[in-house]
Amino acid sequence: MTSRSVDREDPDRLYIVTGGRSRVDEDSIDIVSLIVSECDPTPGMQSEHVKILRMCTNPMAVVEIAAELGLPVSVVKILLCDLLDTGRITARHPTMAPAKTKLPEPDILKQVLLGLENL
Amino acid sequence: MDLKTSDRVTAPLRSTASNGLKIVIVGGFGVGKTTMVRSVSEIRPLSTEEVMTRAGVGIDETAGVRDKTTTTVAFDFGRISLNDQMVLYLFGAPGQQRFWFLWDRLFSGTLGAVVLVDTRRVEDSWYAIDRLEHHGMPFIVARNDFGGPAYRLEDIRKALDLSDDVPLIDCDARERESSKKVLITLVNHLYALSTAQESAR
Ligand SMILES: Nc1nc2c(ncn2[C@@H]2O[C@H](COP(=O)(O)OP(=O)(O)OP(=O)(O)O)[C@@H](O)[C@H]2O)c(=O)[nH]1
Ligand SMILES: [Mg+2]
Repeated sequence: MTSRSVDREDPDRLYIVTGGRSRVDEDSIDIVSLIVSECDPTPGMQSEHVKILRMCTNPMAVVEIAAELGLPVSVVKILLCDLLDTGRITARHPTMAPAKTKLPEPDILKQVLLGLENL
Repeated sequence: MDLKTSDRVTAPLRSTASNGLKIVIVGGFGVGKTTMVRSVSEIRPLSTEEVMTRAGVGIDETAGVRDKTTTTVAFDFGRISLNDQMVLYLFGAPGQQRFWFLWDRLFSGTLGAVVLVDTRRVEDSWYAIDRLEHHGMPFIVARNDFGGPAYRLEDIRKALDLSDDVPLIDCDARERESSKKVLITLVNHLYALSTAQESAR
């Protein structure tokens, strides 16, 4: 699926998709946070929520969900916050480097190297 | 097209996957960003976009976008499952100005960056290098060989005003092995920086 430009996206639709919420604690969700469904879709559930629950039976990164849905990352984050709030999904957040230094732990990097060498 | 790659297009992640990591490939138009992502990714590159509305503009970034209500940036990405837990996401990101307004939101926590350089348009990379330095993001530079003039890497280092401790290598983004080597060079560089920092502590 190709992503649509939000410039061309009907603002009403974006409003409806996100239930009119404009601000959310997005900082808690990274673009590579891995999302996992914790329940099946239920009747009457918003279609984007249904799609997300179906997609995430195995872990799926926020950016992959955005690409699949053809929605901007920030809109997807709002949808995910709703599902997180109600416990329908869980999120596995990345192990961040300490904020100040910004450099990842040598141990993490060693594992990345191993993985790349085994490609 | 490589059959092995297309087989894996829809492959879901392992159920044990728990730690997403990021590496960003930046460079000017047509420099080979998507090609590099494709050559090492286990999925066909996907594309998505991010928007920033005026309300979401960070205080220190406001000046640059004050005339716009929204900023939209498209980027593509692929992924590599490194082991049972770790999944590396590779982002191909345009180096244009508005992209950098979204850097913190999209790419905080990124391990490091690769700057792709086309020797026919070296100046396209200046801005990207300047911004990465500004964000304190470690990077390496890879020269993608488009058959332009045969500059020596040393000449390119000079043209980019690149300090000696930033690795600079040749690559062919179309080749999986070559792209793999670029990523390994980056992670080795990060490892050296990180261990030096640990021992200085
Ligand atoms: N000769 C040569 N051609 C390459 C190399 N890498 C990419 N190309 C070609 O250059 C063209 C542009 O590559 P892309 O990967 O689309 O570049 P990009 O940086 O993603 O471009 P934009 O997203 O449009 O900015 C394609 O036709 C590639 O096949 C390389 O290492 N050598
Ligand atoms: Mg591209």
